[in-house]
Amino acid sequence: MAFLFLLPALAFYLLFTFLPLLHTVWLSFFEWDGITLGHWIGLANYRELLSDEEIRGSFVHSIKLILYYSGVAVLIALLLILVLQRAKPRGLTAFRTMIFLPQTVAVVVVAQAFVWIYAPDGPLNQLLEPFGLDRQWLGDFGTALPALGFVGSWITFGLAFVLFLAGMQRIPQSLYDAARVDGANVWQEMRVVTLPQLRNELAVVLTLTTITALRSFDLIYNTTKGGPGGETRVPSVLIVLNAFSYGRVGMACAVAVVLTLIIFAVALLITRIGDRGEHA
Amino acid sequence: MITRRDQWTAYVVLGLFSILALYPVLGILGLAMHTKDDQITGFALPTTFSLETFQKAWEDGNFATGLWSSFIVAVAVTVVSVVLSIGTGYAFGTMRFPGDSIIFGVILLGLIFPYEATVIPLYYDLQAFDLTNTYWALILPQIGLSVPFGTFWMRAFFRSTPKSLIEAARVDGAGSFTILVRVLLPQAKPALLTLSALIFMYTWNEFLLALVMIQDPDKQTAPLGLSFFATATRAGDPTAVAAAAVIVALPVIIVYVLLQRHFIRGITAGAVKE
Repeated sequence: MAFLFLLPALAFYLLFTFLPLLHTVWLSFFEWDGITLGHWIGLANYRELLSDEEIRGSFVHSIKLILYYSGVAVLIALLLILVLQRAKPRGLTAFRTMIFLPQTVAVVVVAQAFVWIYAPDGPLNQLLEPFGLDRQWLGDFGTALPALGFVGSWITFGLAFVLFLAGMQRIPQSLYDAARVDGANVWQEMRVVTLPQLRNELAVVLTLTTITALRSFDLIYNTTKGGPGGETRVPSVLIVLNAFSYGRVGMACAVAVVLTLIIFAVALLITRIGDRGEHA
Repeated sequence: MITRRDQWTAYVVLGLFSILALYPVLGILGLAMHTKDDQITGFALPTTFSLETFQKAWEDGNFATGLWSSFIVAVAVTVVSVVLSIGTGYAFGTMRFPGDSIIFGVILLGLIFPYEATVIPLYYDLQAFDLTNTYWALILPQIGLSVPFGTFWMRAFFRSTPKSLIEAARVDGAGSFTILVRVLLPQAKPALLTLSALIFMYTWNEFLLALVMIQDPDKQTAPLGLSFFATATRAGDPTAVAAAAVIVALPVIIVYVLLQRHFIRGITAGAVKE
């Protein structure tokens, strides 16, 4: 009986998600241009992937993006939580609605907004020009990746805040009162009460934001397309380029497999750390 | 004991980051209200109210088609995914059967699946069935990728309904299907609305799948249309790109403002139970 309820959904999932993943793994062992007959080359794509500077560099770029999507966003969200430890502002729901908004906007739209903000004559340079700090944010080798990283922070910090806030609202007030009786300041309250209580939320936020960083295709494709000079090239962009522009479908699949493995590993690792903390 | 200083610090910090969150969205809205010949600064409010640029973007970017395609795809994916997820959620939430935890585990993997991992074979497989350049190429894979979250979400809902309710209906002689439709679903409306809102948003905003599957301009989704329009128009007329971006974002923002509690509840409850 149960299987009758499961079957339709399971069929969609297996046909359009799970089997294609296995198919990707299979194709990664081939040299194939997408048109003529491909041939089996075993692990050659993976060997090339490991030695190719461009591909290795793309994974390094992704790891740097994680610092912004995950690290910077979590720090901002914790700052917001910090000021809420000792305050009950009115209109918290309205603030929450505004701060979460970036999560709901299509990344293609976000990309257009930030291309404008970072433009040579855009708002950011208008602000910085009096101090002589204006520059080509998305065009300079040194600033393109961090500039896109901050877009990532902008996209994810609301998600982190909303999850932390939901977790914080479950923390009993008595814990804060006890810390305050002991003379704790806000930083100590954060360290002793808030952070330990938000351990699960922190694990979830780190997982979700890291995965978002690793899947930054929409943002990169609609802003720099990997430039300048490959400085913002990430694995997901290389997957699409190899498969649909360079005629290297097997190679694209090998990059896709490695990216997927990294995503699974990150999710597993962070969940494990979260669990261990809970039992300790 | 809340001091005034702590209270004001909270207002200032929350206010500052709210402005930061809103600025890019309001900024392009302001930009879109200008025409390309206006002198534009990033912080001045538009002095005249003009929809001229929206009209230009709407026509040049073919957004009537784009919004229609996105609407068809998003509604189809949402309706089918929600209906299917009711089934799987019901099975995992109220029944025990051999292999249940293994099958659930395999479905959960789908929560973190990137499209990057599946889009290449999907393209060649769907091409073999002549389905690329059709809505099917967008609808079918997105149902496949929405079902994991839906299953996860509806399972949590069915687990939270009192067992006694199901027992009582069973004693009255109701079968599984009758219990689901008559007893449980009437209570599920908020959970279903939350799930629908999230799936609709994710589907509306999707880009990579559309980029790979759709070349025919008449089948382009709104985000895909925006991407092409921006590439072609950005250098000549940034205001038109801004107007196009607003057009694409607006439907989801409206849904979000109307249902913001559902969005935030869906994200928080869904994520933390993981």
